[in-house]
Amino acid sequence: MNTTKKVLFYFPKSETEKPIVYQLVKDYNLMVNIFRAKVTPDEEGYLLLDITGDSSDIDRAYQWIRSLGVQIREDVKGMRWDENGCTSCGACITQCPTAALHIPDRRTMRVWFEADKCIECMNCITLCPFGACSSQF
Amino acid sequence: MKSYEEINRRIEAKKAVVLTAEEVIEYVEKKGIEEAAKEVDVVTTATFGAMCSSGCFLNFGHSTPRIRITEAWLDDVLLYSGIAAVDAYLGATQLRHNDPANMDYPGAFKFGGGHVIEKLVAGKPVQLFALSYGTDDYPRRELRTYITIHDLNQAIMVNPRNCYQNYNVAVNAGERPIYTYLGLLKPGLKNASYSSAGQLSPLLNDPYYETIGIGTAVWLAGARGHVYAEGTQFSSLCERGPNDVPMEGAGTLALTADMKKMHPKWVRGVSLVGYGVSLALGIGIPIPILNPQILKRTTVKDSEIYAPVVDYSQDYPNRTGKILGRVSYAELKSGEITVQGKRVPTSSMSSYAYALEIAEILKDEIRRGEFLLSPPLERLPLGKSMKPLPIRGRSQ
Repeated sequence: MNTTKKVLFYFPKSETEKPIVYQLVKDYNLMVNIFRAKVTPDEEGYLLLDITGDSSDIDRAYQWIRSLGVQIREDVKGMRWDENGCTSCGACITQCPTAALHIPDRRTMRVWFEADKCIECMNCITLCPFGACSSQF
Repeated sequence: MKSYEEINRRIEAKKAVVLTAEEVIEYVEKKGIEEAAKEVDVVTTATFGAMCSSGCFLNFGHSTPRIRITEAWLDDVLLYSGIAAVDAYLGATQLRHNDPANMDYPGAFKFGGGHVIEKLVAGKPVQLFALSYGTDDYPRRELRTYITIHDLNQAIMVNPRNCYQNYNVAVNAGERPIYTYLGLLKPGLKNASYSSAGQLSPLLNDPYYETIGIGTAVWLAGARGHVYAEGTQFSSLCERGPNDVPMEGAGTLALTADMKKMHPKWVRGVSLVGYGVSLALGIGIPIPILNPQILKRTTVKDSEIYAPVVDYSQDYPNRTGKILGRVSYAELKSGEITVQGKRVPTSSMSSYAYALEIAEILKDEIRRGEFLLSPPLERLPLGKSMKPLPIRGRSQ
């Protein structure tokens, strides 16, 4: 049974020499979809991605990743939408490629953010006139 | 037929029948115009959106020794100081000192006049820096201090143009993305942006300014304010539909209210990438149901209000007057319109959700007897159009 997980790999300083993504694909049979990454030598970094594969393969991959000293965080959402900062103007709606930001009810016209659909393109962060969207890292 | 006095007496007695401009549509469909006009006293209209022609007069009080301010900044945003010693005007679209603007295109415009106004209304401290040349009676030549709105003697919002009656729908028929006051427009008609509360919007519910005039009491961001003049660019001579509703910009309102009585939720700084800064305001205007005709006008619905679709890559900047078509607010709010046979996704710069909330708040204030209506002192001008600016040499 294939499952998909949105996950953040956090690299403490200087643990970034191994080609992690390559090995996730080759050795652990995982499909990888990278949303955001910042991997710089001698600095801490991160990789925010979707991984899809057999859950036992994911477990094995996690073990290997942890053995490299890389931290795994499944609860992290890079993009943050501040419900109170959002005025529901809707300026973001046509700029969000996956409709993570959308208007569920066209009668009340309230904007809503569905974090699971977000691919971290960060269009909304630049374009929200009210600064309601921000990034945690 | 009812008079303002009768309606105000019913409001004071907490017996007024008040509906929002959205609710009144169905109510009249059920009851019929004549019957409903007898029952309904007030219909509340509202809007929330960016209104660039906004700002406030501030009085800082006098320092010791005194200063006759010639230049001043709040949080590095320049004020207009060409008035009395410690008076100044803070405008919504003023950029912060040293903002690179569009030199680093597209500029981010993170902070400006609108944001300072937002901070003031929220009661947050802002830095005042002021300069002068010094006089015998005002010897101080410089000051730097921190103030909040509570320290000021007056903070009066005075907005030359709010509540545009109707507005363009902006699209981009060009070949590169463009950054406008209606947001980022993708090339090849890939998105459309509009800015009106449609059926809830004040002047769309009173298309010929029968009740909204100079002196009308308005709800400006939670404070009781007034219409003090026709808004700038007021243009009542415009194309109108069979229901008299303008099919383009048309009327505007100049509004004023005490900023100390405003609520921060409805006063919000705006950053428009590649364009600049502005201020979004929430405004509610009650319409007294003096007769069935006035009620009929408030029942206008999104499907009966049309806005022109304008290409902001060419036709808007060059004032060609060309439009690509007209679409209704019902279509705009559905999330998709058709322009030149092409399906175009829509989004808005004004918040219908907030407008709805404001219409409800004003309705409740009137029902509780807290907001009385004031009849206009003067009607807004009919038969007025907007003139362009000719560019000419000295001798022409």
